[in-house]
Amino acid sequence: MRNNVLRILYPCIGAAIILLAWHYYIILFKVSVVVLPSPWAVAVAIFSYAHILLTESWITFLECIYGFMLAMCIGIPIAVIMTYSRVLNSMFYPLLVASQSIPKVALAPILLVWFGTGIESKLAMVFVIAFFPIVVDTATGLRTTSPELLELARSLQSSRLQTFFKIQLPSALPFMFSGAKIAVTLAVIGAVIGEFIGSNAGLGNLLLTANSQMNTALAWAALVILSVLGMILYAAVVLAERILMPWGHGSEEKH
Amino acid sequence: MDVNRASAPRGGLENSQPPLGRVVNAAKVFETGTAQSVLAVKDVSFEFRKGELVSLLGPSGCGKTTVLKMMGGLVPATSGLLELGGIKITKPYPGVGVVFQSPTLMPWRSVIGNVLFPMEVLGKNDAKAKARAHEILELVGLGGFENAYPRQLSGGMQQRVALCRAIIHEPSILLMDEPFGALDELTRLEMNDLLLDIRRVTGATVIFVTHSISEAIYLSDRVLVFSKRPAVIALRLEIDIAYPRTSKVRFLDKFTEFERKAGVALGVVK
Repeated sequence: MRNNVLRILYPCIGAAIILLAWHYYIILFKVSVVVLPSPWAVAVAIFSYAHILLTESWITFLECIYGFMLAMCIGIPIAVIMTYSRVLNSMFYPLLVASQSIPKVALAPILLVWFGTGIESKLAMVFVIAFFPIVVDTATGLRTTSPELLELARSLQSSRLQTFFKIQLPSALPFMFSGAKIAVTLAVIGAVIGEFIGSNAGLGNLLLTANSQMNTALAWAALVILSVLGMILYAAVVLAERILMPWGHGSEEKH
Repeated sequence: MDVNRASAPRGGLENSQPPLGRVVNAAKVFETGTAQSVLAVKDVSFEFRKGELVSLLGPSGCGKTTVLKMMGGLVPATSGLLELGGIKITKPYPGVGVVFQSPTLMPWRSVIGNVLFPMEVLGKNDAKAKARAHEILELVGLGGFENAYPRQLSGGMQQRVALCRAIIHEPSILLMDEPFGALDELTRLEMNDLLLDIRRVTGATVIFVTHSISEAIYLSDRVLVFSKRPAVIALRLEIDIAYPRTSKVRFLDKFTEFERKAGVALGVVK
């Protein structure tokens, strides 16, 4: 009980220290609000621009979700195919890994040319950046299925579908979720990059606009909301993990 | 020749019973992809009757597990004949139950879900199967743990669940690959008695791979001592100690003499 309180209390104290240091730094060195707004100014900006922040973050949120879903829906089947076909695996897996040396940000202008300034180019950007961890982790999960369990399935003459759905997929779930957790954080980055390169909506766009208007407090407010957005998405994946993998956590004692 | 020798020393009624299965001159060569291939099993022959418990005893890496896998149809023999119930074993068949060294339970399934897994795959997961699952869990002392998850159980308890999973579909043969090798000594002794209980109740035919001399002798009707790789049977021991056996039999002169003989055959006793 006492430990639980402290576990929440300590980070709060830490945050308070940072905020106070930030606050007094600005007062002490008379930092211009254009360079760095005070935490209070950022808070005020969040409330006075609440409506616009909410509208823009909804757009960014949808870009993240759709792009992430797209990466899952395409990434997981690709991982499955590569696990089952040795030929396809040796043909394309090295290429997939090599493709990761491309800085994804550099793809943004090209994607803009292909998909335009609408939501499509943002989805493409999110997809490109979130796709890889999903494929790699799913493939790893499928490949590390216990050989004994596979042998058990074989001894029972289990069909390939049965083996896949009853053994391999659930075995891979923990890996898929760790991939999804990385992917969802990257998704926010992808969406913002997409919005930076060319768009007229979303938090990334708002941040750029506010910056160019010297409204630094609003830019910081957008930044705060972006990080909150990232946390919400991450928490959603964790929640899904808990629901789909009730066996995977908890602290019950062994009997 | 070898086959006859294997069946000869059995006394009494059982001799008139035809063997349930036999392994005749089984050999296995593993192609390793490179130029050289590995001869894992050279020439192994034996027979077993219904309800018998036969141990394959040998040093690790000697090929005894390969023999077991060939008997389950999980690994094809390079040459020789393996038969169960008069039918040649060429591929996996559902009449087999397997237990591995590690429990290999599915962490996402409850205890009862794990036990019922074979029934699901075989399409026989009905009320009768569930009743049987409860019954055998009770038999191994896990009544009341049906809905626990494997991670909540100790290693010994997990292996009991694995045992239940192996016998739920009433296999005609139970293949056990060093099933108690990873357990501590006390749990292992307990599990030995449990296995004998299960066999008494279910009448299961068991082929048991182990590298523990005393475990093999304590459990078995017959112990086949394997040589180093490539495997041949170096010694056959008929363990004529009456069942039910309790830990007392470990102190019989006969028991010690069996241990000595097996030890000599394995080259660990001079």
